[in-house]
Amino acid sequence: VTTYDDEPATGTVEESDGWQRLSGAMLVIQPVRELIRAIPLLIALIFASRASGGGPPWSLIGVAVVTLRGVLLWFTTRFRITSTQLQLRRGLLRRRTLVTQLDRVRTVDVTADVWQRFFRLAKVDIGTGTTDRRKEAFAIDGVGAARAQALRGELLHRSPAAPTASTPSGQELTGPAAAPAETEIARFRPGWAAYGPFTLSGAFTALFLVGFGWRISGEAHLHPDQITVVHDTTHHLEATAWWLSGLEVLVPVLALIALLSVCGYLLAFWGFRLSRHTGGTLHVERGLLTTRATSLEERRLRGVELSEPLLLRAVGGARCLAIATGLRVGRGAERGGTVLLPPAPREEALRVATDVLHDPSPWAAGLRPHPPAARRRRFTRATEGVLVLVAVLGLAWWVGWVPGSVPLLALLLLAPAWLVAADRAAALGHQLVAGAGDLRWLVTRGGSLVRRRSALAADGVIGVTIRQSPFQRRVGVVTLVATTAAGRQKYTVTDLGETQAQTLSDELLPGLLDDLLVDARAERRAPAAI
Amino acid sequence: MVSGGESIDSTESMETTERVESMGTGRQLREPANRVSPRAVRYWFARAAVRCFVVLAVQVVWLIHSASGPQSADAWHVPLLVITSVAAVLWMGLMPPWRYRVHRWEVTPLAVYTQTGWIHRERRIAPLTRVQTVDTEQGAVARVFRLAKVTVTTASAAGPLVIDGLDADDAARLVERLTEAAQAERGDAT
Repeated sequence: VTTYDDEPATGTVEESDGWQRLSGAMLVIQPVRELIRAIPLLIALIFASRASGGGPPWSLIGVAVVTLRGVLLWFTTRFRITSTQLQLRRGLLRRRTLVTQLDRVRTVDVTADVWQRFFRLAKVDIGTGTTDRRKEAFAIDGVGAARAQALRGELLHRSPAAPTASTPSGQELTGPAAAPAETEIARFRPGWAAYGPFTLSGAFTALFLVGFGWRISGEAHLHPDQITVVHDTTHHLEATAWWLSGLEVLVPVLALIALLSVCGYLLAFWGFRLSRHTGGTLHVERGLLTTRATSLEERRLRGVELSEPLLLRAVGGARCLAIATGLRVGRGAERGGTVLLPPAPREEALRVATDVLHDPSPWAAGLRPHPPAARRRRFTRATEGVLVLVAVLGLAWWVGWVPGSVPLLALLLLAPAWLVAADRAAALGHQLVAGAGDLRWLVTRGGSLVRRRSALAADGVIGVTIRQSPFQRRVGVVTLVATTAAGRQKYTVTDLGETQAQTLSDELLPGLLDDLLVDARAERRAPAAI
Repeated sequence: MVSGGESIDSTESMETTERVESMGTGRQLREPANRVSPRAVRYWFARAAVRCFVVLAVQVVWLIHSASGPQSADAWHVPLLVITSVAAVLWMGLMPPWRYRVHRWEVTPLAVYTQTGWIHRERRIAPLTRVQTVDTEQGAVARVFRLAKVTVTTASAAGPLVIDGLDADDAARLVERLTEAAQAERGDAT
């Protein structure tokens, strides 16, 4: 995407030349959205004006400003599709035109929030394969749902002869590329929502709600103790034994988190559907209130990651993520649009991973074990971590900040730390798998709290980094990082033997190391000229 | 289907297997051939000295300020200053020559290969065909020593290859060579 401030020369080219506006319903939707986003601010304004007594009606002015902003957005935004480019113009004072080449379009997301669904509208997000986070997102927010679908077909399944010229605004496109044949790979089952509580997103939602409530009550100058329910509850808890009151707090809190997690899961993944289009794209649809449809070109796909957080692994679940160039793995339940399967039974995740790659070999292959030193290092590091914590707490006890029991209790953390270390050691492994055809897969596995097994096409590896700390040098292990333009950008193989690392780098970058490998005796060679 | 820039034909991969087997019998990844400029030692020392000076100056000002105040100097200040000074001297004395021994680079007909770090050692290899941009950077201190830093980026956001402390003329020649190699490559190198 190229951004430039609008130049006067093209100022003469106006609506006549295919520039289209967003749907008129956005004049209603955008102010509503902006108002909802501004609720905390407006509440603050209300309380502020009440406290100051009289004066100008700040809350009304606030509402007016926010509404005006939403309305202006419609008047200042225009887009157009030429035969080679997609152009988006926006801004009131600083007018900018975003331009992207049509052949650079890698992903097209169609999202519709509740308001847009009411008016049968959608937002089209266009990804151009850049991994630069600073680049401005290219989004057409608010066109007819059918038009959005057509745009997606137009942008992704573009044949040379396809009519990509602009159409008059308002007219819904029903292009020939709108509905290519497709095969379904996976479909949502309501039972999957039971995996919701075993991901951390529910806990985060709960924390967010508590934080929000706290802030509102702070803005409103409400003291929690003044609310009768809170008051009674705290009194009751103070009267009961500590373990009983602990239980009385913990059980409802856990139940609430579980409930919120299930709700969060359903909100995000209701109606989930993964399908393959003959045009060479994978297509993901999901969402209960806000619906989201993501398309991903298969030629951009470089692999698949299977991730199993500890809790999810305990109940036999896993999630499946795409490793694709121009699609960085993001945070949150959505993982930046790379989700190929939400938390679901492990067998299902494996089936999807196999189907997407057209190749079962990366998931069936046994892994090369890492040297015993790698296992020992997991335990050393776990022990070190706990001992450092104990030392810090010991210092705090010495200064007199905490009672002496605290550092001693911290020592008990050694037990879980060692369990995690054992689990981490068991996970370590890598393999270079010869797959179907000429394809070779770099398979890496590691982690305990989040165990990941990823299969990355060796073709997609664009560099190798071999790292060694002094401690690693002493026991003869290194960490190998395969860098790539896809997914997480780097896939790490932790603590593999020095020879293993050489073998693996040689396999990943065939031919490149020929000049760099020498007999062990001749290693200290005189520096050559440039 | 997953596909990439170039596929390996079967004969080539057979050769790879043979080579891998022979590697088990004592072949080793050697260091990159070239050291950076010897002036880099003094450059790294100067850079470290500037940083240490700033940290120490802040502490001295703080010490003087609190000593002149109503309260007498805190018991923490002097030991902290002593510890920082010792660390600074060790860093300035040990880091530059050590780093000079580790930092090496090489450009083969197929790849860029660097070795960096001093306590932690890091080797990076990137195929020339995957090089996207080559940047040269000369800071104020580096210019005094006629040195430059060359950064070679690939399409991956993780970890460009950096050669620090290169003679400015060598850097210019290196950039020219790498740019030629990058231009020769078609496609988007992902």
